[in-house]
Amino acid sequence: MRIDRRLIYLAIAAVVAAPFVFNWTLPLGSASPRTRAIYRHIEALPPRSAIMICFDYGPASMPELHPMGIALARHAFSRKLRVIGLTLGPEGLIMAQNALSAAAKDYGAREGEDWVNLGYKPGFISVILGMGTDIPKVFRTDHRGVPIAELRAMEGIRTYADLGLVVELTASPAINDWVVFAQSRFHAKLAGGVTAVMATDMYPYLQAGQLIGLLNGLKGAAEYEALIRHPGLASLGMTSQSFAHVAILAFVVLGNIGYFATRRRRR
Amino acid sequence: MSGTEALAAHALPPLADLLGLWLAAFLTLAIYSFLYGDNPVYKFAEHLFVGVSAGYGVVIVYYESVIKDMIDPLLRPERAGLDHPNYWVILPVLLGLMILARFWRRYDWLSRWPIAFVMGLGAGASIPSTVQAYLIVQLRETIRPLWAPEAGQSLAAAAWSSFGNILLAGGLLCTLSYFYFSREQKGVLKVASRVGMWFLMVAFGAGFGNTVMARMSLLIGRVEFLRYEWWPTVGPVLRAIWQFFAGHSS
Repeated sequence: MRIDRRLIYLAIAAVVAAPFVFNWTLPLGSASPRTRAIYRHIEALPPRSAIMICFDYGPASMPELHPMGIALARHAFSRKLRVIGLTLGPEGLIMAQNALSAAAKDYGAREGEDWVNLGYKPGFISVILGMGTDIPKVFRTDHRGVPIAELRAMEGIRTYADLGLVVELTASPAINDWVVFAQSRFHAKLAGGVTAVMATDMYPYLQAGQLIGLLNGLKGAAEYEALIRHPGLASLGMTSQSFAHVAILAFVVLGNIGYFATRRRRR
Repeated sequence: MSGTEALAAHALPPLADLLGLWLAAFLTLAIYSFLYGDNPVYKFAEHLFVGVSAGYGVVIVYYESVIKDMIDPLLRPERAGLDHPNYWVILPVLLGLMILARFWRRYDWLSRWPIAFVMGLGAGASIPSTVQAYLIVQLRETIRPLWAPEAGQSLAAAAWSSFGNILLAGGLLCTLSYFYFSREQKGVLKVASRVGMWFLMVAFGAGFGNTVMARMSLLIGRVEFLRYEWWPTVGPVLRAIWQFFAGHSS
């Protein structure tokens, strides 16, 4: 028994699109302890503390990671925290600016005063290591070319020790370097936001306390949006996600029934 | 009525944004057309993506690295937030230029110096931190007491947290035994390696489940874009086009 693979694609497309077309929504459920850990950590930071968000992803991973960046920045701005954005990959420059400016608009946070986008710096490991000893020496200006010394958002920030939290948002194994160099060497308080494909690789870090928390793909982003009571694109997408999972489970069951039926017939 | 006026009458975004929106929608559908079968529209979108990505990368690296890390510190120190030129930059620039010596057979030995520098720096920086992060910390967190009640914890809570520790230790030993090939796998070793295999299967299953979620998320992202950003412009754009041509024909 053979089914044209295009029928399966069509079924998945229909299942994913249906909740958007008919405005169906399913309840999200409670946030995982890994997501809550990041939320609680940020909640506990005093006002004007700084969190650093590293936007190491491009448009290809935007659906999963961009809502995380926006939700984290929104949470920080709502708590009157400063946000320092940066990227160690060229594509992340636009992502950082887009996420931070979108979140800042809702809370009246001003660029340079409450948040800053340090931009892109090549050299990955050397940048992470360099920031462990002197952030303003690694990033002398922000992405617009304004010297760091003139930015109130960077006041008193010298090393990871001056940051309340460092969050790495990535679709690549880049987070391993953050664990090895920023957390292990400089004891930075590190959290991760990764695509779901990579999430299982992060559990040893969580178990060992090397990551204080983890946002796992679209689900993690939606959980965080729910925690800050600001539903966004991730929350909207979770109904489709659930529908798609049920459809895939149904295909797995159908495939197995087909397999056993044809095997019996062959005997 | 001009085209711009027709768009404004329907409260559409500016023409440049609108073109970008429609181009993005076309490219999204063009890429997904591959699911039906390979076709020229897909090939066009694929090649465009590769070209634009490479071009974007070159421009960003040039401005953020060559200009900001080389030209500015040397020639325009005020732009780099410096009081005077930083001549130390010449050293890495020279090392970088030496890599290009590979193009000349007579001088290609020069390229070995920067490569040796990078390898030495990488190894020196990585080895201690990697051993610490991947080995020492992971081992320390694996070796936990099997029965670990915390102060004030109920018996059920203590049993649950201890169960986690037992599962961790058991899973580790059984999985390691699956990869132990120095003795024939029979008796206790066979049972342990079989249990280890189940632990591996559970890990692979979790990984596969997450992969499905990730791939679906990408599709969901595109559907969200088409539904909430592109689709609301379809009707007004068609009406604007209709009015534009109707205005010209009358």
